[in-house]
This record gives sequence, structure tokens and C-alpha cells, in this order.
Amino acid sequence: MEYVLIIIAAVFVSNIVLNQFLGICPFIGVSNKVDTAIGMTGAVTFVMVIATLFTYLIFQFVLVPFELEYLRTITFILVIASLVQMVEIMLKKISPPLYQALGIFLPLITTNCAVLGVAVLAVQQDFNLLESVVFAIGNAIGFGLALVTFSGIREQLDMMNVPKQMKGVPIAFIVAGLMALAFMGFTGIV
Amino acid sequence: MNQWKNFSKGLLKENAVFVMFLGLCPTLGVTTSAINGLGMGLATTFVLVMSNLVVALIKNQIPDKVRIPAFIVIIATFVTVVEMVMKAYVPALFDALGLFIPLIVVNCLVLGRAEAFASKNKLVSSIVDGLGMGVGFSLALTALGAVREVLGSGSIFGLSFLEGDGMLLFVLPPGAFIALGYLIVLANKLKAKTT
Repeated sequence: MEYVLIIIAAVFVSNIVLNQFLGICPFIGVSNKVDTAIGMTGAVTFVMVIATLFTYLIFQFVLVPFELEYLRTITFILVIASLVQMVEIMLKKISPPLYQALGIFLPLITTNCAVLGVAVLAVQQDFNLLESVVFAIGNAIGFGLALVTFSGIREQLDMMNVPKQMKGVPIAFIVAGLMALAFMGFTGIV
Repeated sequence: MNQWKNFSKGLLKENAVFVMFLGLCPTLGVTTSAINGLGMGLATTFVLVMSNLVVALIKNQIPDKVRIPAFIVIIATFVTVVEMVMKAYVPALFDALGLFIPLIVVNCLVLGRAEAFASKNKLVSSIVDGLGMGVGFSLALTALGAVREVLGSGSIFGLSFLEGDGMLLFVLPPGAFIALGYLIVLANKLKAKTT
């Protein structure tokens, strides 16, 4: 039950994109088409879960025992960057079709603040190992939900008659604001 | 004259937030008030200038293949410095900015300037570039923070001019998206006029 609550809270109540403002760059950058949005979601889910798992283990079993907590930021970003590289190399060998699908998105993920953000949040909130992984999965679903719905709206938006100065990114932001407003309706269900 | 160009391009013409759409997460996340926006802008400016400085100094020593990881380590070092200094001297601001301080590491603006400018230019130009980009970023954050604070809580830089509450929406997450959307429209208009 506790795990279900973590997932619901991460997906709807404090949605990582619309409520916490993490991962805005891919949210605006790759949301022009539904297909690319789905690809990006897959890659982010993959990396976010593995990265949270690894950073959690390193934080609890290396940084805390040696009292090196202040190295958290440096360690986490290095772990994530090397992890992304490793995942890319392994995917290329093991599953070429999956690599084809996710390949172009992987390098972008290193600077996706959602991944680092979730890793840091999981450590900050004193989750245990399983809770951290569930938290990462929930946030990945939340990211995917926001990104895919948003790209669906943007595909429609392309055909709309929008004032010249508002075309593209500005109108996208206003749409995102309305979406965030809709997501605020979930406040209080957990 | 040339240095002035390096500095001023970050203010409007290549403004990180309004034109290049870089570093949007902290832009939206911390700008519930003008002070928070300014604090975040200054912290990012410090990291930008210092990382540009170090990258420009040692760019010839870094092998091309490990360039990006090396830049990230340099940036992460200065972010840790900022984190510790802010925790010690401005704890209130540190708490308000929260998660977004460690996240300066993954601000694409900082890595972008290191990669696109500091790794190809001389020391002084790189510092000036970092400073200009940082000031532009700070201006954008302060502007957005001010708009949200005025509309949302009826005050500016903490000075209240309104009895009671403002439009709460603008302090909440949706207001951030909507306010930034309209500010970008405004910046587009300004840019169309000046060029």
C-alpha cells in the first residue's frame, strides 16, 4: 500500500514536470511529436530507475560511512554520466532495435535535471532501497504522462491559428500552465 | 568594444531564458519571488564565470574525447562550493532554493557556454561571456520573479503594497508557466523592435 501511495504521489500529486519543474528542457524540446515523446519517455524511465538505484547504493554504502556527503552532487552527476555511456554501449550490443529506438535520446539525458533531481530527492527523503526504486518508477511514469499528453496537444496546436509572436514556445508554455492547473486538481488525494 | 559585444549579447540578443530557452527548470522552479530569482541568478552567474575561467585556462590540457565529463566535474566543483557557502551564510535563501542549487550542475546554460564558448576562446573573453550570460540569466529570473510576486502576493522584493492576498495562481506552479509564456512574447516583441 505504501508503495502504491509513493507512485500515486509521484505521478499525479507532485508531478515531476508540472509541479516540481524538473526536466523542462526535454518537456519543451522533444514534445513536437508523440512518437519522439514516447521514445524519450522510454529512455528516461530506463536511466532514471538504474541511476536512482546506483546513486542510492553509493550514497548509503560509500559516502555516508566515510562522511563524504558533501561530495553528493559531484558523485551523482559522474555516476549518471558514466551510466548513460554504459547503457548506450550495452544497448548497442545486446538489443540493436531498442538502441535504434532510444539511441538519439540517451546522450541528452545526462543533462536532464529530472534524473539527477530524482536521485537527490530519493536520498533526501530517507527512502529505503525498494522505496527509492519505486519512487524513481513513479516519477518516470509521471514524466511520461506529462510529456506524451503534452506532445499530443502540441501536434494539434500546430494547426491552430496562433498570433505570430506567440507561435512555438510561448504558446507551449501557456498550454503547459493550463495542464499544470489541471494537475493541481489531484492535490490532496494522497 | 569587442568585449562589450561579448558581454551584451547575453542580455537580450542571446538571452539564455527568453531566446535560447536554456536553464528553464530553475527559471520556473525558484521564481516565486523576485529575491529568490535574483539569488538563483547570482549563484548561477558565479558558477558560469568560474567554470568558464577554468575551462578557458586548461582547455589545451583536456583531451577532446573526455571533454564533456571534464567540464561536468569542473562545474560540479563550483556548484558544491556555492552550495556550502550559501548553506553557511544565507540559510534562508538556501532553504528557499532547495533542490535547485545542486541542479545548477545540469543547467544546460553552464555546460553550453563551457562547450560553445570557453573551450574555443581566450581567458578574458570567456570570463566576460560568462558574466554577460549570467547577468542576462539573473535579469530574466528577477523579472519573472517580480511579475509572479506582484501578481501573486501583491509585493515586490518582500515589500508589500497590497492588503490581503493577490492572485494565488501566480505563486503556484501553473502561474510560472503562464507568466514565462507571456514574458517570452514580450521579449520577442522587444527583439523585433530593436533589430
